Order: sequence, then structure tokens, then C-alpha cells
Amino acid sequence: MEPRAVRVGLRAASTVVMLFLYLPLAVIVLQAFSASKIPGWPIGDYSTRWFRLAWNDHFARTAFENSVTVGLRASALALVLGSCVAFALSRFRFFGQNTVSLLFVLPIALPGIVTGLALLSTIDYLGITPSLWTVVAGHATFCIVVVFNNVVARLRRTSTSLEEASMDLGADGWQTFRHITLPSIATALVAGGLLAFALSFDEVVVTLFTAGSQQTLPLWIYNQFRLPNTAAEVNAVAVFVIALTAIPVYLAQRLMRDTGGIPGR
Amino acid sequence: MRKTYGDVVAVDRLDLEVGAGEFFTLLGPSGSGKTTTLRLIAGFELPTAGSVLLDGADVSRLPPYGRDVNTVFQDYALFPHMSVGDNVGYGLMVRRVPKKERAARVSEALEMVRLPGYEKRRPGQLSGGQRQRIALARALVNRPRVLLLDEPLGALDLKLREQMQIELKGIQKDVGITFLFVTHDQDEALTMSDRMAVFNDGRIEQAGTPAEVYESPATAFVAGFVGTSNLITGEVARAITGADGTFTVRPEKIHLAEPGDEPDPDRYSAEGIVSEVVYLGVNTRYIVQLAAGGELVVVQQNQATSSMQALAARGRQVRLVWDRHHNRPVGGADRKNEVKEIPA
Repeated sequence: MEPRAVRVGLRAASTVVMLFLYLPLAVIVLQAFSASKIPGWPIGDYSTRWFRLAWNDHFARTAFENSVTVGLRASALALVLGSCVAFALSRFRFFGQNTVSLLFVLPIALPGIVTGLALLSTIDYLGITPSLWTVVAGHATFCIVVVFNNVVARLRRTSTSLEEASMDLGADGWQTFRHITLPSIATALVAGGLLAFALSFDEVVVTLFTAGSQQTLPLWIYNQFRLPNTAAEVNAVAVFVIALTAIPVYLAQRLMRDTGGIPGR
Repeated sequence: MRKTYGDVVAVDRLDLEVGAGEFFTLLGPSGSGKTTTLRLIAGFELPTAGSVLLDGADVSRLPPYGRDVNTVFQDYALFPHMSVGDNVGYGLMVRRVPKKERAARVSEALEMVRLPGYEKRRPGQLSGGQRQRIALARALVNRPRVLLLDEPLGALDLKLREQMQIELKGIQKDVGITFLFVTHDQDEALTMSDRMAVFNDGRIEQAGTPAEVYESPATAFVAGFVGTSNLITGEVARAITGADGTFTVRPEKIHLAEPGDEPDPDRYSAEGIVSEVVYLGVNTRYIVQLAAGGELVVVQQNQATSSMQALAARGRQVRLVWDRHHNRPVGGADRKNEVKEIPA
């Protein structure tokens, strides 16, 4: 019974991988609900006191607000720049096109520590005071790639004859963009934006190099962790971050799947 | 007009005049430049040299939306995120035709293509034939001066295609708009056109009415592409006609006769042996090896012949006869060599 053995083997392998991926997260979630100040096993009493504490923690709150601000700005920047590049590269033919395309995707493969260091040197060289805006710039380097990839994939699947048909029927460039092009890439834009936000929201390394005195939530967690007796509160915040990151990723996935193929006919 | 892409010459020395209200077909194999010609007229491509005149006015440099011309695309290009009604009304919407008038004209256009009341449907819910009709309605609702159709029936099955051919022709007569129809299907061209142009290698080989093109093909290419034809050249031509040159004769113009018949002075004849018989129901196709060399294809209607009789002809000695006026001299059997350009 070969197929049966294969099936059982595959199932076991997927289970192991799933455990490997999600067991640590489960540990954090469970510990966040532990009443004890020092995380440990077995969990004695369950409580939500750490959530309450974190919720009322002024520093944690500010860090959260900073993270949201940076995430929104970085995704907005990425949406505009990323889709412009996607259009340029997929709708026009020019010299050095493949090189430009590669250069745009490269930043996502670069180690964050290199990107961070490079940005820090540049910020220093230009005499800019690090602020949330320098963090936005840092995050935009990889957020652009996410948006770019999504939009390019969609444009590749959308027939250019739709745009030609629109022009043929009397619509000028702007009308064609508004009525035909934008609706056909809308879900790709939303998905790209959500992914960009999720990436920005939990970024540590680049943020570490580019942030000034203001902290983002991941930085707050990172710093907090080194202080004594804060593990429990950090766990509670971490659960919050997991939830907040998972939601946009889930939505982005759904969007790309449900309306993924807009065929050109 | 001339259009090149880098070193590739897509359309060359194109000179074509189409009359108002005509059903004009551009016929040719793929890559012969007929679609490029259509795109040049629509404004999706700019000519490398030459110009497009619409009603006497030069529109060569105008964008597609500046030309009073609409296109029915090969893949229909219906907007998937819009309803059928919005698709058909798109041209009117972007030209800011008031909503009420728009709705009336959309419903009128849908009636014309025999899909009344389809406004609310989505393109994804329609069959290939219905999409084709919607694409037609979307173009016609704007009442353009010229309608360009790029192989619009190519994706339909045979039965539907034949039905649409008749319907399209009927619609064209009703609206009186000039139709410029691109196809690689010679039957389609012969069925529908008032006039047609046969394309090959980026040039027009012949333009004329279907009857002219079929009955007197100007070149060997036209004779071979529009219907099937026998090409008689060199030695064989001399043996049969007593003159030098290249001739074509349509298979259905040749008759089978018993060998040894007295030849009529108004007819050509040639003896040979039937090497192959293909029974096609309505017709039978005979391939005859000529005594003078080469072979001729003969098509005979099976009016009084049974399949058994037809198939029994294989291997028989026959005499082929045809009227002299069906023997058409064609120019330029070696035309290709003469005009082939080596791009710089």
C-alpha cells in the first residue's frame, strides 16, 4: 500500500512543520494569559492582568501609535512608488529594463542589517535628524518591493487589449486609467498595501538603525525584554502584535485569491 | 503606407481605398500585415511612413480616442469588472452622453445584436458567441464612421461562425457603416465582402470583388490562398497550351473525360492517370498525374456518381478538359525573389 504510506508520511511531515512554525507562538499566547510574573510551566492561574497592564502602559501605547503611523506612511509611499515602477516596467520597453527590474527587487533580499547600516550612514552624511520619517524611508525600501511584485504580477495577467479597447471607445489616458486600469489592479494594490503594512509593523533591524528617540512597538518589546520582570507584559503585547499582523496578511491572501485572475476577455 | 518594427517590415507600400458603406475584407495568412494595417487605422500603431485618411482628413497622428473609428477585438476585450450594459455604454459614458439617452442607445444596440435585456449580466456569464455580439454592440453603439473587426469570428465553432457571418453582413447592411474585416479564412472573405484585399508578406497582392479575386487571381499566391488552384508552369504549360507562362485553373473547372476524345478548339486537354481519389460527400477530389509531367487536382460534383463509382476511378487513364478562358495567366511566380528586401 504505497500511496497510503506516502499519504501518512506527508501528513506527518506537514504536522511537524506546522508545530515547528506555530508552537513558539502558542507558547507566547499561553504565557500571556498566565497570572504568574515569571513565565514558567505549568501555568498556574490564568488571568488577563498583563493585557490590562500593557493597555494602560503609556510607553507601550506611544510605541504602538508610532508603529501604526510608520506602517501607514511607509505603505502609502510604497503604493505610489511601487505601482509607478510596476507600470513603467511592464507597459514600456526600454534599455536596461531587466537590470532596473532586478535592482528594484534586490532590497528585499539584502540583509536588514546592511540596509539599516547603509541608511544610517546616509542619514548621518546628509545631516538629517533621525525621526519617524527616517524610519518610514527605511521601511519603504522593502515595502516598495512587495507592492511592486503584486502589481507587476497583476499587470502581467491583465490583457493590454482592455486598455486599447477603452481608448478605442473614446476614453483618453486618464479616463482609461480611472475606469479600466485602476479597477483591474485595485485588489493587487490593496493586497500589496496590507502586506507592506504588516512587514513594516513588525520590522526591528532597519528600525533600530534609522529610529531617533521615538520607539516603534517592536523596538519597545526588544528594549523591554532586557529589563527584569517585564516578560509577562511583553507577552501580552506580543499576542496583540501577532493578531494585528495576521489579519492584514490573511486579508491580502484572500484578495489575491478571490479576484486574482481578471482575464482579458 | 509603411510600418516597420526595427528591422522587420510589417506593412509595405500599402495603398488602399475603401468606399463609404462598404464591407471590405483584409484576407491573408497570419503575419501578412493585415492586423497591423487594422491597428494603424485604429491608431494603436503609428505609420513609419504614409498616412491614414478618414473622409479626406489625415488622422495618422491622432490618438485612438481622437478617431471616429471603433474596433471589435479578436479576444473581444470586454471589461470584466463591468456589466454588459456598462460595457456597451462605455463609449457613450466617456463622451458624456446623458444617462437617459445612453440607456436607450444601449438597449437599442443590444436589440440589434439580438441580446435584448442583457444589460445586467456580467461578461463572465456569457458564452463565446454572446460575448462576440456584445463586443459588436459596444462598438456600434458609438455609430463610428468605420468599424474595424479583427478576426472576430475566429474563436467561434463552425456552425456559430457561419450563422454570425450572415448576421454580421445583415447588421452591416442595416447600419450602413463601413466595415473593415480582417480574417485568414477565405470562405469568410468570399461570403461576406463587397470587396476584399489579399495580403501577403506585408503587401496587397490583389484587391477586388470576391468574384474577381476568385475568378481571376492576379498572382500565384492569390490563386493558392483563395480557394485551391492548380498552377501550371514551364514545360507542362508549354505542352498543354503551346505557350510560355504560368497559368492557374480551378479544380472545379476541369472535367474528366474518356481518353481519345476529339479536342474542342476552345478547350485545353491533357491526359493522365488518376493517382488518388478523395470522396468528400458533395464532391469528389481526383488527383491526376499528367503524362506531360506534374499533377492536377480535379473536383467533380457527385451529381450522378456514387461513392463506389468515384473510388473506382483510381488508376484509370483519363483525359482532362477545360475551357480556355478558365486558364488564367498569373504574373510573378518568382515575384518573391524580385521584391525581397534585405533590411539594413
